[in-house]
Amino acid sequence: MTKKEIKIPAIKEGTVIDHIRSRETFKIMRLANPQEFEHTINVALNLKSKKMGKKGVIKFSNRVLTQDEVNKVALLAPEATVSIIEDYKVKKKIRIKIPQIIENIVKCSNPNCITNKEDVKTRFDLAKEEPLQIRCAYCERMMGREDIHLN
Amino acid sequence: MSFKGRDIISIRDLSKRDLLAILDVAAKLEKNPEPELMKGKVLATLFFEPSTRTRLSFVSAMERLGGQVLGFENSDVTSVKKGETVWDTIKMVERYADVIVQRHKIEGSARLAAEASSIPVINAGDGANQHPTQTLLDLYTIQKEKGKIDGLNIGFVGDLKYGRTVHSLCMALSHFKTKQYFIAPPALQMPQYYLDDLDEKKLPYVVEQDLLKAAPELDIIYMTRIQKERFPDPVEYNKLKGVYQIDKSLLEHSKPDVRILHPLPRVNEINMDLDETENAAYFRQAANGVVVRQAIIGLVSGMIP
Repeated sequence: MTKKEIKIPAIKEGTVIDHIRSRETFKIMRLANPQEFEHTINVALNLKSKKMGKKGVIKFSNRVLTQDEVNKVALLAPEATVSIIEDYKVKKKIRIKIPQIIENIVKCSNPNCITNKEDVKTRFDLAKEEPLQIRCAYCERMMGREDIHLN
Repeated sequence: MSFKGRDIISIRDLSKRDLLAILDVAAKLEKNPEPELMKGKVLATLFFEPSTRTRLSFVSAMERLGGQVLGFENSDVTSVKKGETVWDTIKMVERYADVIVQRHKIEGSARLAAEASSIPVINAGDGANQHPTQTLLDLYTIQKEKGKIDGLNIGFVGDLKYGRTVHSLCMALSHFKTKQYFIAPPALQMPQYYLDDLDEKKLPYVVEQDLLKAAPELDIIYMTRIQKERFPDPVEYNKLKGVYQIDKSLLEHSKPDVRILHPLPRVNEINMDLDETENAAYFRQAANGVVVRQAIIGLVSGMIP
């Protein structure tokens, strides 16, 4: 891609999430709590991508995502890439990986699960990476990517 | 390997070694009862949801070991009605007893109880999720009736989609070299997840609609209830219900030493004319629950090393 085609400005410091499937982009942005964030967030959707067809990119200025946030990204968009930017350069690429135990970030899709009835932190075990399957540690309900809603 | 202090929440938590150890202790207790083993110990039976059969089986198990039982058989009579949580109920009861047995209609409540409790918790059913002591008594019955588990052809019949006992037993049997037959209408077949699991473990299974076709192969027929309300179409139900109701005539198509199991209570899946046959193992199966639960209570309390 030549520089002329860049549709979203470079950031000086912060985090770039690239290679998001376009339709997941807003979901990913929401999990970073954009309303409570004072710096610029650049979002682009439907960018052309050879690999993915259409992709989304999100750039958070002056913000380094926490591991917890990266884990959330991994659940919703395992193919995304996360880079930490310093002085306009990629300082670090964070390999995103779905953790073996997913704590307190996903809501169980079983309405009769104790985690939806009492004040209990949710916990899921990663059962399978591809296609994604996670199992509630309480009610043992298996959930695929389409069932995943964040807490 | 010690069971002392362990919770029995899900068949998923038990290895093949664990399963065999429990069956082994149950067999020993059946041969040599231990009427003093739990003397001075208390079992709390917390039945937030009523289940007469399971509760009585646990009470009998504890009393036959010389222990005492406290508890309730219905959450209407407890503070749960006032809004007390599972967590708080357990925090109170753990000081009154040595082992807790809990049944609750909410899935995952048993795992939560185990996290809250400093004493062992035995899950006696959490909603549609797990009922591990049922699975253990099923395994015990299979082993006792046939003298082995490996090498058997085991057929599940009826509602395999929603049947909790079927899912758990299928999971437990995946530790053994059995061939499983899933005999149900397509709308009530085993969830794909369980079949994928068998594929991954390279275990043979057959998906079948017609019991009579599979019957000549089977060593064990595990019957379950088919509930009318599970069917999207009542016409479909009426068409199929007879296929999954068995009577003595089934034996003409079966191995002479086939054993018929059922988690009970039955509605009309098994005609009473089968009861008198040696093939009917369902009442012996229910009786086995007591000795299997004795083994579990003895092991988790640490009274059986």
